[in-house]
Amino acid sequence: MNTKSSISKFVVDAKNLATRELNEKIREAIRDGHKQIDIQNVSGQRYIAAGIQELIDIEIFGVPGNDLGVFMDGSKVVVHGNAQDATGNTMNSGEIIIHGDVGDITGMSARGGKIFIQKNAGYRTGVHLKEYQGLRPIIVIGGTAQDFLGEYMAGGVIIMLGLNLKGGIHNADYVGTGMHGGSIILSGDVRGIGREVEVQQLDQEDNRLVEHSVQEYSKHFGCKVDEILGSKFKKLKPVSTRPYGNLYSY
Amino acid sequence: MLRSRRLPEYNVRIDTDTCTVCKACVIQCTFDVFSYMKIENKISIDESKCVDCHRCMIYCPDKSISITPTPIQYRPNASWNKESIHNIMKQAESGGILLTSMGCDKPNYNYFDRLLINASQVTNPSIDPIREPMEVKTYLGRKPDKLTISDNNGDSIIETSESPQLLLETPIMFSAMSLGSVNINVQESLAMAAASSGTYQNIGEGGLHPRLKKYAKNLIVQVASGRYGVHKKYLDTGAAVEIKIGQGAKPGIGGHLPGEKITKEISEARRIPAGTDAISPAPQHDIYSIEDLSQLIHAIKEATEYSKPVIVKIAAVHNSAAIASGIARSGADIIAIDGMRASTGAAPLVMRDNVGIPIEMAIASVDTRLNQEGIRDKISIIAGGGIRSSSDAFKIIALGADACYISTVALIAMGCTVCQKCHTGKCPWGLTTMNPSISIRINPKMESKRVANLVRAWTLEIKDMLGGMGINSIESLRGNRHQLRGVGLSEQEMEILGVRPAGI
Repeated sequence: MNTKSSISKFVVDAKNLATRELNEKIREAIRDGHKQIDIQNVSGQRYIAAGIQELIDIEIFGVPGNDLGVFMDGSKVVVHGNAQDATGNTMNSGEIIIHGDVGDITGMSARGGKIFIQKNAGYRTGVHLKEYQGLRPIIVIGGTAQDFLGEYMAGGVIIMLGLNLKGGIHNADYVGTGMHGGSIILSGDVRGIGREVEVQQLDQEDNRLVEHSVQEYSKHFGCKVDEILGSKFKKLKPVSTRPYGNLYSY
Repeated sequence: MLRSRRLPEYNVRIDTDTCTVCKACVIQCTFDVFSYMKIENKISIDESKCVDCHRCMIYCPDKSISITPTPIQYRPNASWNKESIHNIMKQAESGGILLTSMGCDKPNYNYFDRLLINASQVTNPSIDPIREPMEVKTYLGRKPDKLTISDNNGDSIIETSESPQLLLETPIMFSAMSLGSVNINVQESLAMAAASSGTYQNIGEGGLHPRLKKYAKNLIVQVASGRYGVHKKYLDTGAAVEIKIGQGAKPGIGGHLPGEKITKEISEARRIPAGTDAISPAPQHDIYSIEDLSQLIHAIKEATEYSKPVIVKIAAVHNSAAIASGIARSGADIIAIDGMRASTGAAPLVMRDNVGIPIEMAIASVDTRLNQEGIRDKISIIAGGGIRSSSDAFKIIALGADACYISTVALIAMGCTVCQKCHTGKCPWGLTTMNPSISIRINPKMESKRVANLVRAWTLEIKDMLGGMGINSIESLRGNRHQLRGVGLSEQEMEILGVRPAGI
């Protein structure tokens, strides 16, 4: 039977632990009924919180490795440090909050959940995001991102705030290439957009979403909400939900 | 689109002497070849729409319908035959990529027919498989290099931890066919056949239909570039998880299920909105290298707590052997290799007929390479793409596979006549259509019986061939190329296949 102490915060020191050992310890803590897990001294261990379906609060101190939160379904992961590639890969639901930068393909193929990135993201952020019924993934990038942002997006929302952006231009080309669903909302310009998307004005619903997301961003990282909301946002939307309808003969 | 100048490919005739105008053909044909003319009380025929699937002929109660290829259409010419002329016409009309389906239909790439199987005579006895034990059970998964056994008061205890394995009662499995490429009635038929035959059905990348859940222990779930319907519970459901890198019919390219095929049922399984294109990118964007592949393998293993084998499926291409060596070292438990004659629900014709290499060559070279590197025993190999008979299955195992994947064979067992029109979504046999009024033509209870019958028949034949050569276990056949001889092959082809010419 779970006593009160067994559901208190569980602290694991990841120093010198291999990926598999660390993840086994995390799973064991969850099996023991812990709802809060702190992981200290994380240094590149991969797949943290992979496929976790329980609702757990995980705090990571250090730099987790690739595939943080892969297949995750419901938990909340806070990273006090940078994160690497494929953070939130094929995530179903939950929240990942990164106090720093992230590598490439953040949120790849995610179907739901939220990813907050305090600073900048790498290439192909939000590639092939989807959405389904009540699930809609949201990625909020505080700073900027690289090429192929939102490639193949089939749903979901990417919001890029462009904080501390130099010259007002994100160094990102081919933004939204192959996009056929969802939207990218950003402050500032990008170097180039994919031919499958067009620039639109934000509607009321978009404005509400941006306001809500910036408030959440501020709650996580602290920022001047009014100043950010005062900046000009634009939206990239796919031209068609059927971008490749006329490629084929018969 | 411009008007077509193609001549009809088939003559469709109704014998008016025997036709009772029952209209069965009008109902059965999904390509609208037949229509009923009320005033004249007769059936009119638009033979330009015929795809030669034979559905009308089989279901005509009066046996009044005949379909024949149109007699000589174009002037005979070795370069410019009917197919090449028609393809050019179609592209001139449409400006689009030619689409096709099923496997490559060209005769050039078959090696099975040039390999012959050995049998015992005098010097070692053949075995009678009907009356003597004959083992065709196959375990797929990573095997340990050695077993550490400790002694516990006289009891031997195996200390080596075992990797998860798939147990096959027969080395024949059903290759990936997603919900979307085939309908749920077909998937359920295969699942039932897999369960009753003690083998596995791969459900492809298209999510898991709720009706398949009860067959979970006979299902392999797939993770491909679209990640459709892939989530924790999905991974947990399958007996194994397959990462699909490539497909023999269209190596190197992705695909997309057009929006009009994303019905409510498909949308629920794939977890995407109905009506939008479902795009499967060409690469998986988290895999650009063997190291990245290893990462996805381990992400899946972490998510499933190392409880099930992970298969990596690649298309057979020029450097398959080197790729397979990388896969074997990446942590995968099983490699599936799909040859260039493999089938598909839709592919560009140019890819299907020109890209990749035959499965016979690929398996032989992969087996040779892994043996040379001393890692063949670590990993299991499944061969697919172009296997038509028990002898093909037998030969591919002798060339180095552990088991084989079949799909066209299973579809033919359920009625398919290989008309190559899967991509139209109008399959008159009810197999590759999502239209519920047509897919109802497949009754899982009945069709699973046919598929199970086929697997049983092949298994009996495999045992017969094994017994004939004096071998009583399928394991002794694996990679046993001494039991094969080549006819009509060049020296180099035989060297790659690792077989000697017949007569030596």
